[in-house]
Amino acid sequence: MDARESPARSVLEAPDIARALTRIAHEIVERAKGADDVVLLGIPTRGVFLGRRLAAKLRDITGHPVPVGSLDITMYRDDLRLRPARALAPTDIPGDGIDGRLVVLVDDVLFSGRTIRAALDALGDIGRPRAVQLAVLVDRGHRELPIRADYVGKNIPTSLRETVKVLLTEEDGRDGVLLGVREHTPAGER
Amino acid sequence: MKHHLISATDLTRDDAVLILDTAEELARVADRPIKKLPTLRGRTVVNLFFEDSTRTRISFEAAAKRLSADVINFSAKGSSVSKGESLKDTALTLEAMGADAVVIRHHDSGAPHRLATSGWIGGCVVNAGDGTHEHPTQALLDAFTLRRRLVGGRNGGAGADLSGRRVTIVGDILHSRVARSNVHLLTTLGAEVTVVAPPTLLPIGVSHWPCEVSYDLDAVLAKSDAVMMLRVQRERMNAAYFPTEREYARRYGLHGARMARMPEHAIVMHPGPMNRGMEITAEVADSPRCTAVEQVSGGVSVRMAVLYLLLGGAWPADTARTDENGQPA
Repeated sequence: MDARESPARSVLEAPDIARALTRIAHEIVERAKGADDVVLLGIPTRGVFLGRRLAAKLRDITGHPVPVGSLDITMYRDDLRLRPARALAPTDIPGDGIDGRLVVLVDDVLFSGRTIRAALDALGDIGRPRAVQLAVLVDRGHRELPIRADYVGKNIPTSLRETVKVLLTEEDGRDGVLLGVREHTPAGER
Repeated sequence: MKHHLISATDLTRDDAVLILDTAEELARVADRPIKKLPTLRGRTVVNLFFEDSTRTRISFEAAAKRLSADVINFSAKGSSVSKGESLKDTALTLEAMGADAVVIRHHDSGAPHRLATSGWIGGCVVNAGDGTHEHPTQALLDAFTLRRRLVGGRNGGAGADLSGRRVTIVGDILHSRVARSNVHLLTTLGAEVTVVAPPTLLPIGVSHWPCEVSYDLDAVLAKSDAVMMLRVQRERMNAAYFPTEREYARRYGLHGARMARMPEHAIVMHPGPMNRGMEITAEVADSPRCTAVEQVSGGVSVRMAVLYLLLGGAWPADTARTDENGQPA
């Protein structure tokens, strides 16, 4: 995420991540009473991989496949004008759409809540879900909007100077969550 | 990417691939129930058209509206230009109205460049065709169609360029801004371009273009992955460039028998408007190998991508305006 970081401390290892995702999958099945109408939408980049992993676990638990896709929120961000235009990531909505379904948004880190706000706006342009829930691997606090997660892998209290970096095999070659300290805090950026 | 899009040579390979990839994602917006993104809310895009156009103007308008920008259409006909207003005074008027981007089509080559470098306006300038010079967004949408058809795969070949593909551009190269932009852009993307035309319809200095030149269509057809037919621009012709239209059509027109000599996978492109019976027969124009309609639909996505990448993020000229625009919501 940031260029200069001091040596990071590992807070979650691969088995911890696997256990957290298994627990979240069970919680989704419990709350959705079988997960029959669940659609998982991961937020790029790492939310997509977490979404796919959750979908695999849900299939193992319920015995039926759970639709999984990705939802790029770049065009809905509120900080677009603070940085040069960014490249878009794919948005991939499962074939049956999201109308009347229970959409579970999946992201790696919940921080200010602005990403999720953008995701809710994006969802509204795609369809009308029955309900929207949020699953995150790490909740690091410091919300700037009235948004909370329904399923949390691990709560990690942080200071604003700290950085939370989720590593996933699909993108980074290994699983893990690293807590680092940012050496400089550029104004207006995260 | 630069702050303006005046020429296809403004784009590096990475810029061009980024535009095509962005366009590929934005193309999906057309399949959604709500074909709109909030990204350019509060931005004003002016379509400044000094020359007639159907496809380009409509497609820029649709692109800007799908990104929620405010669109002001300006055509020289019925405006103060017909009373003798200069480009400068028109530009100052637009600047006073707060245009963030000006999409300009002009009958004089270089008008967009003048607009962008004169300091008359602070917004970004997009060239939508100037005289016989350039038409970069047309080249981008041609590259978009080429990549979808020839590279293909998931996401229409996202991330890929056109390296090794052979594209032949046939017809009125002399008057064609589409040809010039395409030669530069497709070469940047790694394609091998050949232009084919009667010697009278080739511009002076074509030997310095990064492409092959041929006078013989049949010789290059068999080894082309795509053939792009250009319209013979009668309105720009002030001399006899070829003996008769019939002779032109026979030597440089694309008809069914010629199309049959092209490789199986090769496509026929046409930027429009077509002169059926002249450079292309109805048989070819209506065949599934002709991508003219596909090129138009790709045009909206490509222009959305260009407007998003120029206007969507922070740009140097914007810092001066941040205060009056306020922080994003």
